[in-house]
Amino acid sequence: MSLFLTQVMNGIGSGAVYASLALALVLVYRTTGILNFAQGEMALYSTYLVWYFAERGVPVWLAILLSMTISFIGGALIERILIRPVENSSPLVLVIVTIGLFLAINSIAQVQFGNDIKLLPRAYADKTWLPGNVQISSDTLVLVGVLIAECAVLYLVLNRTKIGLAFRAVASNFESSRLVGVPVGRMLMLGWAMAAAIGALAGSLVIAPVGLQGASMQEILVYAFAAAALGGFDSPLGAVVGGLIVGVVGTLTTQYFHAVHDIELVVPFGLILVVLLVKPSGLFGTTRVERV
Amino acid sequence: MTALLEVSKLRAGYGAVRVLRGIDFSVAEGEAVVILGANGAGKTTTLRAISGMIDAAGGIVFDGQPILGRRTEQIAAAGIAHVPQGRGTIVDLTVDENLRIGAYLRRGQEIETDLERWYTTFPRLADRRDQQAGSMSGGEQQMLAIARALMSRPKLLLLDEPSLGLAPLVTQELFRTLGELNRNDGVSMLVVEQNAGLALNIAARGYVLTTGTIVTSGTAAELSGNDDVRRAYLGI
Amino acid sequence: MTFERAQFIRAAVAVVLVIVAAYVFGWYIPQFYESSTTYLWAEAFYIGVAAMGLNLLTGYNGQVSIGHGAFFGFGMYTTAILMESHGWPFVATLPVAAAVSFAVGVLVGFPALRVKGLYLALVTLGLAVLFPQLTARFVPRDLCPTCGTSQVGELARSKLRPPGWVPHFISANDQWAYYVSLAAVVIGLIVVVLMVRSRFGRALIAVRDHEAAAETVGINIARVKVLAFAISALYAGIAGSCFVLVKRLATASSVSVFQLSIEFLVAVVVGGTATVVGPLIGAVVVVFSGRWISESFPSTILFLHIDDSVKNLLSPAIFGIGLILLMYVLPDGIVGGGRRLTMSAWRKLRGRTSPPALKGIDA
Repeated sequence: MSLFLTQVMNGIGSGAVYASLALALVLVYRTTGILNFAQGEMALYSTYLVWYFAERGVPVWLAILLSMTISFIGGALIERILIRPVENSSPLVLVIVTIGLFLAINSIAQVQFGNDIKLLPRAYADKTWLPGNVQISSDTLVLVGVLIAECAVLYLVLNRTKIGLAFRAVASNFESSRLVGVPVGRMLMLGWAMAAAIGALAGSLVIAPVGLQGASMQEILVYAFAAAALGGFDSPLGAVVGGLIVGVVGTLTTQYFHAVHDIELVVPFGLILVVLLVKPSGLFGTTRVERV
Repeated sequence: MTALLEVSKLRAGYGAVRVLRGIDFSVAEGEAVVILGANGAGKTTTLRAISGMIDAAGGIVFDGQPILGRRTEQIAAAGIAHVPQGRGTIVDLTVDENLRIGAYLRRGQEIETDLERWYTTFPRLADRRDQQAGSMSGGEQQMLAIARALMSRPKLLLLDEPSLGLAPLVTQELFRTLGELNRNDGVSMLVVEQNAGLALNIAARGYVLTTGTIVTSGTAAELSGNDDVRRAYLGI
Repeated sequence: MTFERAQFIRAAVAVVLVIVAAYVFGWYIPQFYESSTTYLWAEAFYIGVAAMGLNLLTGYNGQVSIGHGAFFGFGMYTTAILMESHGWPFVATLPVAAAVSFAVGVLVGFPALRVKGLYLALVTLGLAVLFPQLTARFVPRDLCPTCGTSQVGELARSKLRPPGWVPHFISANDQWAYYVSLAAVVIGLIVVVLMVRSRFGRALIAVRDHEAAAETVGINIARVKVLAFAISALYAGIAGSCFVLVKRLATASSVSVFQLSIEFLVAVVVGGTATVVGPLIGAVVVVFSGRWISESFPSTILFLHIDDSVKNLLSPAIFGIGLILLMYVLPDGIVGGGRRLTMSAWRKLRGRTSPPALKGIDA
């Protein structure tokens, strides 16, 4: 039983990472309607920045904050300069543009920072607690704690501030928001900016234990896509719940079903397929009724 | 009365399709003006051209400033509140939030007093303050859209077919409210409508738009008495 | 210039182009270029085949898939396994690979009916990511020694030799691989043209543009959509078989399957969705871009000397930026954009002028 709970805790830990990146994906999708294939690579670059600052003696937590700030600005600029010109194009064109961004950022990161594995200094002590024989590592606690903090901040900003209201208005009805004078362009930039900052945080925390390298974020991105699809792409809550589910289910099946050894990805994708067959817009997604 | 909105030789369309072929009209301060037209005449296009949502050519002067070519957000800031066709409710926000976003460009305590004022004028909105706007009926959403537009204290209200999709009793109440807003509160408005009867009741003057050109204009009384108008729009 | 005259000129130009292409691609390249180039063209061809299939599904039928690398993999593994452990000649494996891919396409097409747009794209992504893991698990080493998630070895040279029944000018392995891929392209192209012009082609487009309306005129939506999936899978599967001949192995890592899926999609969009020739042009661009970039990209920009190794690492970045810029300028792809440009040039030539310039309004 304690092994089971331990694995559940581990699953929640990894789930928190998927949830964070999925949250970033959903933010971008809700405002600009784009599935950002490059979200993982943007997070990758941000994590390289953390390493860069840490290498030069900046304390890790400060490096993460610095990187988040730079990523925030970078995300806004990417939206304004690269994405805005094609925002009204067909979904396929948008997919290609984000793929182009993916390729560009990945290779620029590797050229700029080198292809070897980078180790980040730990931001917090590596401890394990054993309440009732259940192993809870400090990694898990920090990841979950950060996720909770992210959600809290996001909730407060979106629901208790004027700019958050404007942001939600743009996400819901672009045209009407223009008509009441909301600077919609700036809201779009804000969506990308917030997503980039969240990605930076997620990347920094998850990479630290294992080391940073070119392909680090790609598998996480796939899981994040799965999480967002499971939760419903237009629901931030869904992204978080989806991420945790994917994390827990993934860890548990790896542990308990040896048949899925080597094919762990079957689990999240199988799960998504099942959910989407029953509820095609995801667990928390809004089913849009179309008038013909 | 000074002309609040002066439109001259307005041409507009969508890509290769030209809808408006050069129309002229005006709205004076404190006036309610109606543009009548059937489907496809170009009513919505007219309002969208004024709001800067589509490309157009010609002259649009509002409050002494030429606004043709400006962005929608800037035109809203200049004092034009546009209630789009289909109401444009921001469905994921609550009623209260919809009203507050209407006041986005304003600051200060008066926003709260205005909120209360419109809740009093539209009691059904007050009942549903925290309800998700998308879950309300068509008539209620129309009230919400108008109240939201009024929250910005606009100089000019643009209304695109407010009666569309609403039951007869609801539209009667709606237009009664619009009429009161114009007569008692002095809200200037430009209403485009198919429902001529209701619209001419509240308007001072009107124009008739047919396939992109204005074929008739006059006071509300003149139009109501006009045989062509009666046949085409009043079913007589 | 009368309409008939214009038609005649168009037809004449097309015939000349076909003859030139037949000579260049049918004879000149495989006979006179060294094998690395020949193999590269063969790669462009089979990517083109897969892209043509994907275009049917995504361009003409509107179902976006970023998982066609998996169908490609099914064809690839079928051919490799049959050749390796059962000693089948290459050509004999083709119908089997086609059947397998088609069947998998049907299997995927049915659940795909329930899922739309973005979610469909993600489900297909799942397929692409899943396939390598499935092969690693279910394809034992002895069944296929050269299969694996990384390059294990090369298919024995003997298996790759052109069979006895081909004309003698196809003598080398690379030429054989080349002509096989070329044949796949030509046949695939003819079939696509026939399909697009047929009732099925119109049904594809009708379902894409307005499903409800298509249903009211009696189109069986499910059949059209599933068939579209299956046919596109078949194309990808055949392309996968060609891969075995060209690359001399069968491999499917999660990175490569995903990359292939993206390559197909990029080829379709770059060339022009819902055009017949677009995917082929896109495939050529995608496959040759690496070489073009490293050859023509300047080694010094603004006093910055770029090391050759850096250029290699940067070429995905240049490609990526190129993609983005291309989407700004030619969102309809090369063929689509080219069509637009020639049409406006044509109009000017014929003396038709637009009415007085209104901002953003054409006549």
